[in-house]
Amino acid sequence: MTITEKVIANHCGRDRVVPGESVWVDVDILMTHDVCGPPTIDIFKREFGQDAKVWDPDKLVILPDHYIFTQNHHANRNVQLLRAFAQEHDLPHYYDVGSPRYKGVCHMALAEEGFNRPGSLLIGTDSHTCTSGAFGMFSTGVGNTDAALIMGTGKIWLRVPETMRFIFEGALPPYLMAKDLILAVIGDIGCDGATYRAMEFDGESVYSLSMQERMTLTNMAIEAGGKNGIIAPDETTIEYVHARTDHGFECIYSDDDSRYHSEYRYDVSTLEPVVAKPHRPDNRASVLEVAGTRLDRAYVGSCTGGKLEDFEAAAQIIKGQEVVIDTYIVPATTEISESLRTEHIDGTSLWDIFANAGCKMGQASCAACLGGPPDTFGRMQGDEVVISTTNRNFPGRMGSKQASVFLASPLTVAASALSGLITDPREVLV
Amino acid sequence: MQSIIRGLAYVVGDAIDTDQIIPAEHLVYSLQKPDERRMYGRYAMSGVPIDQQGLPDGHIPFTDPDKYHSDYTFVIGGANFGCGSSREHAPFALTEAGAQVVIAESYARIFYRNTIDGGFVIPFESHEKINDQIRTRDELELDTQIGQLTNHRTGQEYLLKPLGDVADILNAGNVFEYARQNGLISSS
Repeated sequence: MTITEKVIANHCGRDRVVPGESVWVDVDILMTHDVCGPPTIDIFKREFGQDAKVWDPDKLVILPDHYIFTQNHHANRNVQLLRAFAQEHDLPHYYDVGSPRYKGVCHMALAEEGFNRPGSLLIGTDSHTCTSGAFGMFSTGVGNTDAALIMGTGKIWLRVPETMRFIFEGALPPYLMAKDLILAVIGDIGCDGATYRAMEFDGESVYSLSMQERMTLTNMAIEAGGKNGIIAPDETTIEYVHARTDHGFECIYSDDDSRYHSEYRYDVSTLEPVVAKPHRPDNRASVLEVAGTRLDRAYVGSCTGGKLEDFEAAAQIIKGQEVVIDTYIVPATTEISESLRTEHIDGTSLWDIFANAGCKMGQASCAACLGGPPDTFGRMQGDEVVISTTNRNFPGRMGSKQASVFLASPLTVAASALSGLITDPREVLV
Repeated sequence: MQSIIRGLAYVVGDAIDTDQIIPAEHLVYSLQKPDERRMYGRYAMSGVPIDQQGLPDGHIPFTDPDKYHSDYTFVIGGANFGCGSSREHAPFALTEAGAQVVIAESYARIFYRNTIDGGFVIPFESHEKINDQIRTRDELELDTQIGQLTNHRTGQEYLLKPLGDVADILNAGNVFEYARQNGLISSS
């Protein structure tokens, strides 16, 4: 069996499951946020009663992150609904807006707070919940109805997916990041190339990556239609998890005789920096093919591209220079935001590197990655052309239907912010 | 599940993602409060680029401006319908607008799952591409029991793929009713 099959089997009390069968599994962690939490709670109360109890308050994690820094009163009301529910049920894992506990983007917060644990099964009301699979666990996104059923019972039905295997070999050149690898995969197999399937990432190049970079790979599994992305745990994983939680976990590995739907091999030393052109994540081109395209904005942020290492990569290019287009810096979490002030390159903090370069500094949240209310930080309002470290570029994704979004690595975005034109990071990396 | 469904077609292209079905800025509204939930009917499919709204001609809104209900019972799509975010607001918006059925070549799995578990629009799959054969405002008739679709303008008939196991959940109404009928949760 593959890791995905084993984790599912372990959570339905079976020795073995096979792809295609549907099973009811026990959920270790249910995560929700301010967009899908309130309607999930409505359904939970409708189906289980106004006084119903959450199946296990210690397994429910609520992370408001989507529409936080807005004047929109409906959005603010939704955070109040979460707050009231957390109080009513005495939930230990509610990260309230405006409190020192506030975290920001849920997928990074799950990792930082130790909820991502090898061998576990995590469900979230967000399609990028597949991010957690970087920790050798099963994780996937669902809608409000499924989440409400879990909230009341701790269970969900899952169809066991077939697994596609993506093997990366060779040493990653300094001008490439995990974002280039996953955009290459999505470009190869298409936005529906992994529909209903698990995407298992393997190979020495993957294990040479940090947890943050591994999460970039699994985060975008959904952009190929994948049910989950998964990477077997190793010492890097174990070290990260031990630093974040005392909770136990079980490392699970695919058997040598696992059956895969298909297998793809990449020699990373031969890959190039790439973008996804408007308006689909599979609309891949090498940066060289689109170099010189005029830009109005650059954006570094989100669960995909708003991690500390994403900012380190961008700062390495931007340091000592000035951006020539509106450039937005949005850390995914408050922890990352604090690190921007404590991490330095040549004696200057990352925060100061960006601020001195003329970048616009945002607060930890999803911000403009998915548009949001019109007053959202960095949201597209017209026909802007933007290059972004985020994960989706469908029409209107960043707020305006007329805007055009290029997806790229933080290195490529930073190089482009300095010229106002799409620029290959190899031109500016020293 | 209603056995015969008749109504008008609204045709769109491939890879209609959930931001096109319901743009993220509208997700702030309650799905329960009547004065807010109707906004999902008003803004359903409003994220589709104007020239792609109501093919083949385009420029046809799914819900007329200032209305909360759509004229269209059937949404006809292409490949990978409903890709993108997990927001259940997407199938909810189609249902709130009055649509009953989506027919597409293929679906993104979270959207597909949400339609069924939440008891929203019925998601049928066609064997071949049909969004280039059906025009927006064509009168359609669907026999949901045998999966036969008839286009009354052209006389063309299409046999759709069987719903399979998920028909049990659709027939129960939603996943909660299905779970109760099968003793997975208490029926009280």
